[in-house]
Amino acid sequence: MSHYEVKAGPEAFLPPAAATMGNVLPDPGEAHIEGRIVPEEEAYEYCARKLLEAKVPTIFPGPLVLWKWNDHVAEKATAIRELANAVPMRLIPMADYRPKYPKIDAAVEINPNHPNLTIWHNKIDVCIFVGVHCHQANLALKMIRAATDCYTIAMCAQAGHEDACLSFRDATPEKIRTLIKAVEKLKSEGVKSQANDFTQFKMDRTGLIVKPS
Amino acid sequence: MSKEKIAICEDLADIMPPEYHELVESATFGNQDRGWKDIGSSKELIEQHSLCAGCPESIAFRYILASLPAPENTVFVGSTGCTSLVFPHVAVQNIHSLFGNQNAIASGLKRALKCRFPDIEKDVVVLAGDGATVDIGLDMTMQSWFRQEKFTTICFDNELYANTGGQESGLMQKGFVAKMAPKGKNFEKVRLAEIARESGCAYVAVLTVSKPNRVEQAIKNAVLVAREVGPTFVQLYTPCILEIGKQSMEGLDEMKDAESIGGRFVQKEYITDEAQKLLDSIKEETKARKKAAKEAKKSVNA
Repeated sequence: MSHYEVKAGPEAFLPPAAATMGNVLPDPGEAHIEGRIVPEEEAYEYCARKLLEAKVPTIFPGPLVLWKWNDHVAEKATAIRELANAVPMRLIPMADYRPKYPKIDAAVEINPNHPNLTIWHNKIDVCIFVGVHCHQANLALKMIRAATDCYTIAMCAQAGHEDACLSFRDATPEKIRTLIKAVEKLKSEGVKSQANDFTQFKMDRTGLIVKPS
Repeated sequence: MSKEKIAICEDLADIMPPEYHELVESATFGNQDRGWKDIGSSKELIEQHSLCAGCPESIAFRYILASLPAPENTVFVGSTGCTSLVFPHVAVQNIHSLFGNQNAIASGLKRALKCRFPDIEKDVVVLAGDGATVDIGLDMTMQSWFRQEKFTTICFDNELYANTGGQESGLMQKGFVAKMAPKGKNFEKVRLAEIARESGCAYVAVLTVSKPNRVEQAIKNAVLVAREVGPTFVQLYTPCILEIGKQSMEGLDEMKDAESIGGRFVQKEYITDEAQKLLDSIKEETKARKKAAKEAKKSVNA
């Protein structure tokens, strides 16, 4: 079977699942870049460069890191916040997987049923999925590849996502911090973040207390 | 999930939507005396719903979720039908099963939870429509009762297949004409409550959802008896207002008519002696606990 490159879209109304094209998941210690299996170290640098090149790099944390299931998860959430501060990146939660009709507030949330709306609205060009359940991540990753030009990165706690443009596996707080180090290394070499200025929104029980910009 | 785990990671809390902050701060997880009266004064465990306006199922969902004795330690098993549209909006663990398979899934789940969490009482509650419970899934439903599987089965009885346009179901009343059953039903409504009783259910209740206090009592009884004694069954009349030609505001009246004397859903309960004994002892314990709490409060105030 020919090698299928998982590139940023828009690819087609219904892009093929990468697995059906023969793409396989990385083994432990490996990652994949656009369908090509590479050593994890190579992926860290490539990923860091992608994040720094982006105009609107964004992290989409899912329920597996938003809720404090245990101390390990809390540590991971801390590492995610550190990554967001280091690049800098926006944080938009995938708090749940509800369809949320008639519409979602694309400025402050994303869900797998309409990921393209959030990406179009915020003009997101590089995103990281972390803590999203596998089946919902696969659904969203394919839709993003179908309809947007956003480059997708999966920081997966399990075996990785072949439908992301770049995927790590077995993600831990340490691995997220390794990515932060890769970002800092590039910055120390003179690579500057191309991210547009933005204000990270904040919410509490009453709703938005800091509006996004 | 235990109630200690219903917390948001501090580092990401400020990006979580308000409904989750509310869920953590004012839901009734861990409150032994939670019930339908909490609706309106605390965060409900259902966030929106995707049912039709005025659908009695949505009311039933709200009452059931408010009445579960321990939602943080409860897992719902759902099946195909209108109910399956609601589960994505519910803050209780749930599993969707194949159409009709719900009681088989729940059997395995209950046993697995017992092995995995031997020291924690995990409640399994099946919630499915009449098509899944009585027609397509009757085998699995009855087999779980025969095996005395300790979980609760709730049937939302709307007397037809509402989700697919109004086909005849086993629980449809005799002679009823529906959109996809134009000749009218030839047979009597299946007497599921009696089947449940004869199949070994320790507690069986049939009622409408017009009165929240009755729903609360039936759900609590069913879950508590299922923990200790054996399978339980609750049949709730949740009419499909669209398929019986009613307006959004008429669901409540329809239920009140159906539960009036001579109606199909006059409230009834079947309780085994063992289950009754258990419910009586729980009632006594609750009474004593509340009395003690009241006295403690009095002494603090004094």
